Amino acid sequence: MSPPNGSVFVERRTYRRRRMMDAARLLPILGALLFLVPIFWTGNAEAPATTARGVIYVFAIWAGLIVVSARLSRWLTPKGGEDADWDRRE
Amino acid sequence: MIGFNILVLVCLAYVAVLFTVAFAAEKRAERGEVGWLRSPIVYTLSLSIYCTAWTFYGAVGYAVRSGLEFVTIYLGPTLVMVGWWWVVRKLVRIGRSQRITSIADLISSRYGKSNLLGVLVTLLAVIGTTPYIALQLQSVALSFSVFSGDEAAVWDAGNLKNTALLVAAGLAVFTILFGTRRLDANERHHGVVTAIALEAVVKLVALLAVGIFVVWGVAGGAGDIVARIDASGVAEWNLAGGRWTTLIFLSAAAFLCLPRMFQVMVVENADERHVAVASWAFPLYLFLMSLFVIPIAVVGLDVLPGGNPDLYVLTVPLSLGQDNLAMLSFLGGFSSATSMVIVAAIALSTMVSNHIVMPIWLNLRRGGATVSGDVRNVVLLSRRVSIGAVLALGYLYFKLSGGGAALAAIGLISFAGVAQVLPSLLGGLFWRGATRAGAALGLTIGFAIWAYTLFLPSFGDTFVMSAAMLQDGPFGIAWLRPRALFGFDGLDPVVHAVFWSMVLNTGAFLLGSVFSFPEPLERLQGAQFVNVFEHSPNAPGWSRGLAEAEDLLIMSQRILGASEAQALFRGAAERQGKGGYLPDTTPDFIELLERELAGSVGAATAHAMIGQIVGGSVVSVEDLMAVADETAQIMEVSSRLKTQSEELSRTAGQLRDANEKLTALSIQKDAFLSQISHELRTPMTSIRAFSEILMSGPMTEEEQTKFSKIIHDEAIRLTRLLDDLLDLSVLENGQVTLNWQTADLHDVLERAVTSTVSMAGDRGLEIIRDPSVERVALVTDSDRLAQVFINLIANARKYCTAQNPILRIVVSDGGAGVNVDFIDNGSGIPRPSQSVIFEKFSRLSDKSQAGGAGLGLAICREIMVKLGGSVTYLPGQGGAAFRVALPRAQARAAQ
Amino acid sequence: MRKRVLLIEDEPNIIQAISFILSRDGWTVDTHADGQTAVAEVARRTPDIVILDVMLPNRSGFDILADLRADEATRALPVLMLTARGQKRDRELAERFGASRFMTKPFSNAEVLDCVRELTGS
Repeated sequence: MSPPNGSVFVERRTYRRRRMMDAARLLPILGALLFLVPIFWTGNAEAPATTARGVIYVFAIWAGLIVVSARLSRWLTPKGGEDADWDRRE
Repeated sequence: MIGFNILVLVCLAYVAVLFTVAFAAEKRAERGEVGWLRSPIVYTLSLSIYCTAWTFYGAVGYAVRSGLEFVTIYLGPTLVMVGWWWVVRKLVRIGRSQRITSIADLISSRYGKSNLLGVLVTLLAVIGTTPYIALQLQSVALSFSVFSGDEAAVWDAGNLKNTALLVAAGLAVFTILFGTRRLDANERHHGVVTAIALEAVVKLVALLAVGIFVVWGVAGGAGDIVARIDASGVAEWNLAGGRWTTLIFLSAAAFLCLPRMFQVMVVENADERHVAVASWAFPLYLFLMSLFVIPIAVVGLDVLPGGNPDLYVLTVPLSLGQDNLAMLSFLGGFSSATSMVIVAAIALSTMVSNHIVMPIWLNLRRGGATVSGDVRNVVLLSRRVSIGAVLALGYLYFKLSGGGAALAAIGLISFAGVAQVLPSLLGGLFWRGATRAGAALGLTIGFAIWAYTLFLPSFGDTFVMSAAMLQDGPFGIAWLRPRALFGFDGLDPVVHAVFWSMVLNTGAFLLGSVFSFPEPLERLQGAQFVNVFEHSPNAPGWSRGLAEAEDLLIMSQRILGASEAQALFRGAAERQGKGGYLPDTTPDFIELLERELAGSVGAATAHAMIGQIVGGSVVSVEDLMAVADETAQIMEVSSRLKTQSEELSRTAGQLRDANEKLTALSIQKDAFLSQISHELRTPMTSIRAFSEILMSGPMTEEEQTKFSKIIHDEAIRLTRLLDDLLDLSVLENGQVTLNWQTADLHDVLERAVTSTVSMAGDRGLEIIRDPSVERVALVTDSDRLAQVFINLIANARKYCTAQNPILRIVVSDGGAGVNVDFIDNGSGIPRPSQSVIFEKFSRLSDKSQAGGAGLGLAICREIMVKLGGSVTYLPGQGGAAFRVALPRAQARAAQ
Repeated sequence: MRKRVLLIEDEPNIIQAISFILSRDGWTVDTHADGQTAVAEVARRTPDIVILDVMLPNRSGFDILADLRADEATRALPVLMLTARGQKRDRELAERFGASRFMTKPFSNAEVLDCVRELTGS
């Protein structure tokens, strides 16, 4: 909207940050979808759906989310003075 | 077995530690050493009040009953925090910029500072939270009773209730002590936050310790645990998709809407960047809290098949003889319960005080807030009383409900209640079209449906609802059955209630917003909330100039305290360029004041209080209507106006500067002309007078010679003056052509010294030099440089007052160049004169010795500037001392 | 008895010139070159007329004149002011402070002599 955001070509670093913001927005949606997967488990004769498997699946996804989120938050945290992108319009 | 007395002792010691920690943190903060008190880790740990005793003890019980489903309670918040960029970041920014004090304040503030909404949310919060507090009291009481298992005789229901009463009273004291130290609810409660951070660590360590003991102490490690799970009663995969999805959604919603979560997440937030850290650190905390739940449940089922699974965390280590571990676990549960109660009590008391007590109080004294009476004390008192009341209510609920299983189910019911705020909250954050009417409608309908379908039926058929009504619907209307609304039969009660309440709530909110028209203030607040990242928060809200500054000051002093209010007013007056304590009541100032007051009494109350003074309905509706359509437009216009006025004042400043410069120049020019006139007329006077004397008649030969010589000398003086003037003029106008050449410093000095000796006259001046260091190659105009040296030597010759005048010429390395110092042994130049000697005509001593017009040093300075060096006075050398700084040969050549 | 002139001036050659002219005409000439002590010097010497330069070291001739005019004893004392700046403003100031006569350097010897005679009524 404002001119600085309106330009088509942005600095490489800024471009990176914007993609990180996109990732930060998508992550909870991805997480929600993955957490809903167990609903559809019915299991079969060879690999029956059990609580133990469920526990392992859910906690694995959970750990993955934490790791990715930690990486993203590092990228997105402004360091001193560079608040411009942090404040960017939704 | 641990004796009951030891248990009480440990418990008291732990509470004492908490008090000490809170007190130390407060003291530290008072000294301004916030440091780690405001670290992202403390922020993350403070969020852990999400994990109450219900989760500390209850999660294992939940797992025993429903398998993996317990984990949904943690998955919702995980998703919210992982998605911090969407909601939490914005909430925190709004909370800080609008000085929000609670979730009720947020909703009230967003929808035009409406107190109706504030009251609604407050009621919802109180009704939703009270049973939850009761649950915490129950869990603490129960955990006490576990330890007194072998003294069962002493432990009857009465003792249970007494314990709960004691705990409630203790918590009230702590909360009042550390939760109402400051009036400004927006300020951080360092003591409280630090204490709950400590409790967060204790409960995590406790649960992890029990978990590790269970997995590696009782079972044979991770593999064995998986095998045990498969062999246990929870092995069967019976995930109910509806509940799974609903509960993830519900816990996410509650995480955002719970008053206590809002308190720690938004109100107590010290730095937005902490949210980024908490985005992964808090999910990690939840992950660790949940990791051992199923193992503990499975081992518990093995060890104590008949025991209460809700207390396995405590009873499993106890039954295996791990007394210390059990004690740690007890403290973990105690921590979970107390930290939740403390924060909930603070959050609720702020809401009750700001949205219910204060408006009533203000209404009762219609005369206005300026009438006698200390508002500050009223607010503090009402907050303290509210804390007491909230805890009393919790205790009462616990006592009346009998502490049975009904209470255990209250967790989800409470979640579903506060989740009713979600549509208004998210709508308010992301949709500018959301209106007060929509929010009120949505909240009311959601609240009603929740109460009808979930809350009231939870009391069974004894309270409000009869068995027949639950079975067949009110008056036998089947489609109004509380657990099967509109004929939706066979649904899980929680899923059923959440589905209908959220659907109808959201629907009413959307329709109400679409079909109502917002007031100007609502629209402005809406724009500020939705676009919080673009706008600095300063919406126009008050019409100009109606308020009396003095009345406002009197009122503010009562709320903020005298010194703070005075500082605020004084600062504002200063920014307006006024002295004293009473600024003009500009809209800006009133806006600022309102925000400050809002930090203490909430947005709606602050608005109302200022309204009483500023007069009536305050917002000039018509004016605002015209401009409020697009807040962005206002912003743009005001910023354009600001730019223009800034530009104007800048131009005016420049004009003023230019004018001053011109005036100064004109004065300088007059002074210069007058000086020249004086310098020219003085020798001419002598010449004319003596010429006339010579012409007028006879005189002795001796007299004749003397007078002729005077005429001759004065004529020379006149010529020299004219030469100097011309020289200076040429130098100053930059018309001088310099004759750049390589030269040796020694040669130039030699030449200067020789030429001054030749014109020496009567005064003998001894010159001391060190020719060995004078061999420095220069690229310069050696004639001009010699002129400068001659001038300085001649000055020493003329003005040095010593008996045996000595001039030292010292050549030294000056870093980038060469310094040549001329130091005599006279009395030097007094400090005040040092700054003016290089000005034109600034002759200092009396004229008898001078003979010059006072242009010499001015010329020297001009020459040195042209040569790329400088000549300065060097103070503190004993006599008069001048330093000539010269650039070196290569430096010059490089240019 | 010879009349006495006090010449307050700091330029040596001008002092010499004026002293010569007035002595030759029969005046006793005392000279003083410092502005700061000039008023005291007038009181000490009690001259018949004072010739006062404007630009003196340490104190302006106008200030000295103002002091002289403020004192009962010297209120009527004839004062001839000399200035080398020769601006209109100086003349105005001299008149305002009560100079008996104002003269711009360079002056003609005869003019000075006439003026001194006239002011002392001799």
